[in-house]
Amino acid sequence: MRPRAAVWLVHAALVLGAIAALTPMLWMISASLMPTGEASAYPPRFLPRTVTFAHYADLFTRLELGRHLLNSALISTVVTAVSLAINSMAGYAFAKLRFRGREKVWRLLITGLVIPVQVSMLPLFLLMKQLGLVNTWWGVVIPSLASIFGIFLIRQYALSVPDELLDAARIDGAGEMRIYVSIVLPVIRPILATLAIWTFLTTWNDFMWPLVILSDQSKYTLPVALASLVGEHVQDTELMMAGSVLTVFPVLLVFLALQRYYVQGVMAGSVKG
Amino acid sequence: MSPTIGGAGLPPPAAATAVVDADAAPTRRRRMRGPSLESANAAGWLFVAPALVLVFVFFFLPVAASLVLSVTDFDIYAVGEPSYARFVGLSNYGHLLRSPEFWQALKNTFIFALAGGPLTVAASLAAALLVNAKATRFRGFFRTVYFIPFVTTLVAVSVVWRYLYHPQYGLIDFTLSRVGVKGPDWLGDPRWALPAIILMSVWKNFGYNMLIFIAGLQSIPEELYEAAQLDGAGPFLRFRHVTLPMLGPTLLFVAVITMIGYFQLFAEPYVMTQGGPLGSTTSMVLLMYQEGFRWWRMGYAAALAFVLFLVMLLWTFVQFRLQRRSER
Repeated sequence: MRPRAAVWLVHAALVLGAIAALTPMLWMISASLMPTGEASAYPPRFLPRTVTFAHYADLFTRLELGRHLLNSALISTVVTAVSLAINSMAGYAFAKLRFRGREKVWRLLITGLVIPVQVSMLPLFLLMKQLGLVNTWWGVVIPSLASIFGIFLIRQYALSVPDELLDAARIDGAGEMRIYVSIVLPVIRPILATLAIWTFLTTWNDFMWPLVILSDQSKYTLPVALASLVGEHVQDTELMMAGSVLTVFPVLLVFLALQRYYVQGVMAGSVKG
Repeated sequence: MSPTIGGAGLPPPAAATAVVDADAAPTRRRRMRGPSLESANAAGWLFVAPALVLVFVFFFLPVAASLVLSVTDFDIYAVGEPSYARFVGLSNYGHLLRSPEFWQALKNTFIFALAGGPLTVAASLAAALLVNAKATRFRGFFRTVYFIPFVTTLVAVSVVWRYLYHPQYGLIDFTLSRVGVKGPDWLGDPRWALPAIILMSVWKNFGYNMLIFIAGLQSIPEELYEAAQLDGAGPFLRFRHVTLPMLGPTLLFVAVITMIGYFQLFAEPYVMTQGGPLGSTTSMVLLMYQEGFRWWRMGYAAALAFVLFLVMLLWTFVQFRLQRRSER
């Protein structure tokens, strides 16, 4: 094959792939702007004949999806902020602080990485019931506040923090907390950024646990609300597409704005799906 | 894919974790280091305490309790009053093995993981090769576009694909009809529903593995390709004898984490098919959810969860054995 033809072929394949990757998303946006019934007509249209925002208005007024948007935003933000502090402290300590039993605890902890979270769910629900946390936001939030994977990620990165840096601060009389805040945190900032984005995305997108623990419709996170909406409004294609756009867009924006940090983290082989 | 399962989190080589025994350090040095061993000990424990308490109370404890739950007849009455639950030995597991739903869910889950896993890995590798090709322009653009499906909300894209798969109004069958193919009733046909979910999952997840492959491809030394070219190897032979062997470990790592994620299939069938038609898309986790949280047969559901865990553990073990053999 001549090189020119090869170059052309590579780009044709790339564009085809891009179309395949984006079409479902683009159709979702397009259908959400169609008047009722237009998305379920034959032959199917890709672009709306007339653009309408009526379904979005409907979502925010009649169906009160704004409340679920707020629920999701609140839960994801709280989980991200708190878990970042908890996981980074633990990850740093496992990498750099010496304490009795550290290796044993660490080995026990990482065996947890191979246990699927679903195995814990049934008893976790009963535990939450005992604690009175079923059907509360705290019931959604608390199990996500510490993550073995997050601790692991931070630890691997913190191992490269030079001991001399920490020792110098100790000689100057700095306390361990002070060292963590003013020396360690700035040094591990790249991995903190990766973990923050990863935590936000997974918490926002999480479905099974919020579905299990929340029973009041008004407390649903956006994905749970969307799944229950499908049940009632399955015929209402355009409305469902508007709901999907609303669910996907916040995470898409976070990703597009911060993808540099996230992509770096994944390419370093440190973030898993 | 579920966030909390490991696979990526493999322990580092022992050398990296080896810790100098504090007591063996010379006394003089210890004094220079400032805080006494006791206070360093306390600081370490204080730093890990919040995380450890949370992980043990809200993860390890429930996992252990799950094993206990699976040998009881914990049901809807026990949810109200736990003391109603009785020890029933292994009867939940016996019941499981005699249940056709269990075998169907196990089969569906395996088909999903064993077909979807390799397909996703193949699509990821193809995308990585294209994006990483020397001739490729706008690399960053294509990389981002291919990654977008991965960050989107699974529930939302499942809703979208439900409509894309519609036999009359869906874009997929319409496009097929344009090229003269009569598309199936994807989600309404027991033979096509699981393949439909597999196809969507490949679309959703290939971008993530692609990034790992790109990183792997970039670490292959250019000289190897040049040497192969001097020996007269064409693009295919270079791929077969340079790229593939050099990617070996990455390939297995990616396959393992992809399949581990796929064993936990839940949201797609929950939203798109509710496990139907005729149970053709009921996965292990969906069955566990239905038994445990819809019918509150929690003892039985816990047995299901444990079997899933064992299956995944076994599968991961097999894959690592394969890796070790390939390294030899």
